[in-house]
Amino acid sequence: MTLNVKERRNKTGTVLVATGEINSETSGSLLQALLPLVREGKPLKIDLTAVTYVSSAGLRTLLVVYREAQHAGVAVTLYGVSEEVRFVMSATGFLDFFETGEAVAAAAKAKARAAR
Amino acid sequence: MTETRSEQVLRVDAYPTHEVGGYRVRAGKPFPFGANVVPGGVSFSVFSDQATSMTLVIFKRGEPEPMAELEFPEEFRTGSVFAMTVFGLDHENIEYGYRADGPYDPVTGHRFDARQILSDPYARLIAGRDVWGVEPDRSRGYQYRSRVCLQDFDWGDDTPLGIPAEDLVVYETHVRGFTRHPSSQVTAPGTFAGLREKIPYLKELGINCIELLPVFEFDESDNPRTNPETGEQLFDYWGYNTVSFFAPKAGYAATGRYGMQGDEFRTLIKDLHAAGIEVILDVVFNHTAEGNEQGPTISFKGLDNATYYMLTPEGYYFNFSGTGNTVNCNHPVVRNYVLDCLRHWVADYHIDGFRFDLAAILGRALDGTPLPNPPLLELLAYDPVLRHTKLIAEAWDAGGLYEVGNFPAYGRWAEWNGKYRDTVRSFLKGDPGVTGELATRIAGSPDLYATRGTAASVNFLTAHDGFTLADLVSYNDKHNDANGEHNNDGANDNNSWNCGAEGPTDDPEINALRTRQMKNALAILFTSQGIPMLLAGDEVARTQQGNNNTYCQDNELSWFDWDQVDDNAELLRFTREMIEFRKHHRELRSTAHPTGQVREHLGLPDISWHGERAWQPDWSAESRLLAVARCGTGDDDVVYVAMNAHWESHDLELPALPGGRSWHLFADTGAEAPYDIRTPGAEQELDNAGKYLIGPRSVVILVGRTNASEDLDTP
Repeated sequence: MTLNVKERRNKTGTVLVATGEINSETSGSLLQALLPLVREGKPLKIDLTAVTYVSSAGLRTLLVVYREAQHAGVAVTLYGVSEEVRFVMSATGFLDFFETGEAVAAAAKAKARAAR
Repeated sequence: MTETRSEQVLRVDAYPTHEVGGYRVRAGKPFPFGANVVPGGVSFSVFSDQATSMTLVIFKRGEPEPMAELEFPEEFRTGSVFAMTVFGLDHENIEYGYRADGPYDPVTGHRFDARQILSDPYARLIAGRDVWGVEPDRSRGYQYRSRVCLQDFDWGDDTPLGIPAEDLVVYETHVRGFTRHPSSQVTAPGTFAGLREKIPYLKELGINCIELLPVFEFDESDNPRTNPETGEQLFDYWGYNTVSFFAPKAGYAATGRYGMQGDEFRTLIKDLHAAGIEVILDVVFNHTAEGNEQGPTISFKGLDNATYYMLTPEGYYFNFSGTGNTVNCNHPVVRNYVLDCLRHWVADYHIDGFRFDLAAILGRALDGTPLPNPPLLELLAYDPVLRHTKLIAEAWDAGGLYEVGNFPAYGRWAEWNGKYRDTVRSFLKGDPGVTGELATRIAGSPDLYATRGTAASVNFLTAHDGFTLADLVSYNDKHNDANGEHNNDGANDNNSWNCGAEGPTDDPEINALRTRQMKNALAILFTSQGIPMLLAGDEVARTQQGNNNTYCQDNELSWFDWDQVDDNAELLRFTREMIEFRKHHRELRSTAHPTGQVREHLGLPDISWHGERAWQPDWSAESRLLAVARCGTGDDDVVYVAMNAHWESHDLELPALPGGRSWHLFADTGAEAPYDIRTPGAEQELDNAGKYLIGPRSVVILVGRTNASEDLDTP
């Protein structure tokens, strides 16, 4: 299983959309994609809506990103955490470190609905 | 700075030097033992004194057949340690084990068999029993698979709490049983995560230390018996049958199927610490799950049988544990193993202390004889990493060695005080001739711990092994038929009394007496000097229906029924207030045994004994009434506890109090709730200052203090 990452930039910061599994094989490339974004110093949103599984190594990678961001004074928010991933993150304490929000896409839709 | 941290540091040992079986390798580091992630690969290190060759067996995670078998080159052996770094492994997705070749000659102690794949004794994770109760595939050649894991948990500023031993209130519980019952209403019943959701309950109860039944990896499915009444499979529910000493039990984790049990357990510990609650592990170093000659070969048997087990001259297993084998604890290699293991749990899991199952075995020599100065116990007592952890011995074993009061302590070891349990139980049921010994026990057992202080005594009335408190007052005899051993298992000497009917009854008088007896037990426990230990559920009258050995009962017989929190709110309130009372009174937690020395500021001794008449205790064999008054240093109050195990009421004459103090009622187990107990600090002043009528089979607790509220009202 591979992991695809796409960046989307807007005025308020950067959104990184991940698709696939975050595990020991794929977390290296995720880290490489995320660290430069952290160093830009703008708020970073990581959209996990299309992530089906996050392994132990994957959660560790996200925590490394969090620690780097904390060091750089950058806010990191996880979006679209699936129920299963949220459960694992909660049981293992990883969730305590992160700000989480609704899926970016879902939030945008809701906003659009509200505007109508 | 950010750039610097994320750069890879180049190291000479990050490059392979050899190729074995198509894998790039180099000589590993002998220490630390186990599998450790190093730059570019994983370093594997394993000890075997007599193996002629060693092979590392690697599986892709979950696959039945190995993906590689790598024999250690001779030059990778240092002393008796085989160490190899294998490059290019995805540490998260492999399982590993060893094949050790060498002599098979049981008479000389050697049982090498290169056909067997062996678990690493230092494995930090084990796969194979990932979810509790799932029937394993027994056709697999390798059941308990070692796994590699990173030791990188983010603890923040958490450290072991270091609560003074004398201030502890220990709560003994079972990870699964505490929240497995459907009534627990937690997200993941029966797991570390589930227990974490119950931290508010524990905090409200007031305990500050949780003692967990074994959490090292064991195989719940290794019990071959079935329930004779229902035909249901029985489990190894308690888990005193360790498969792997460094690995937390995957089946206790909601995330065990993802191999994240280590993180889940650490998160529980971190949150317990944040709530002011220490964590003590019940550890079982006296035997392993490998059993005797007939038992399975899992790890030690195949790696170095003669080192790890006590063997008879004929090569059979000594059995001081009652379970088939006995770990050779005082062998220099094995004591280092035990030390490494405990250091691991303290350093990597922030564990605050340990309770050692059948600890008398830890003091036996290689041939089984008791040692006067056991090197293992001394080593643990002085170890720098373990220096401030609590060490608690179950100071007896199944080989007849009974060391309560005598356990080699090195100023560090405490003990489960079995004599406290037996004496208080006997007194409660009204046995004659107990009053004298009761006084000794509630004063911190100075006869046993004169030089060690009161905190050497862990006082308990019930534990996992035996009746619950509710059953102690509901059954004269054990009822263990569901265990499938024809009621032959479990203790026979229970000092229990059913209060007039065996088991559940509708008789309101009997039920009222049982409730009173439970309150009496709790009142005595929490006003005794020494460390009190409460069995989980006793605060809400948890019953095991008379089964005093539920080691195999993974069902409602063992589980904490959370509906009882509401159903038995009266007893729960009583327990909470008793724990709170203990916290309010330093004199109950004094580490020094009382001597009768007069406290000058009050003119009263630190401890004094009373009977129906003040200052006149009745030590005769037929006496079933004893009162004790404790007086602390400084401005502490006076605490008076009258214990009446007699079936008659008695008119107590109360000792006079100095300095404007008067007697205030804190608890009277003979009174109906809510008048059975008060909130500490809000005790009710007695109308009749000099007398108190204590009811049949009741405990009364008074505090002698000035009436602060009246003082405030005085203009």
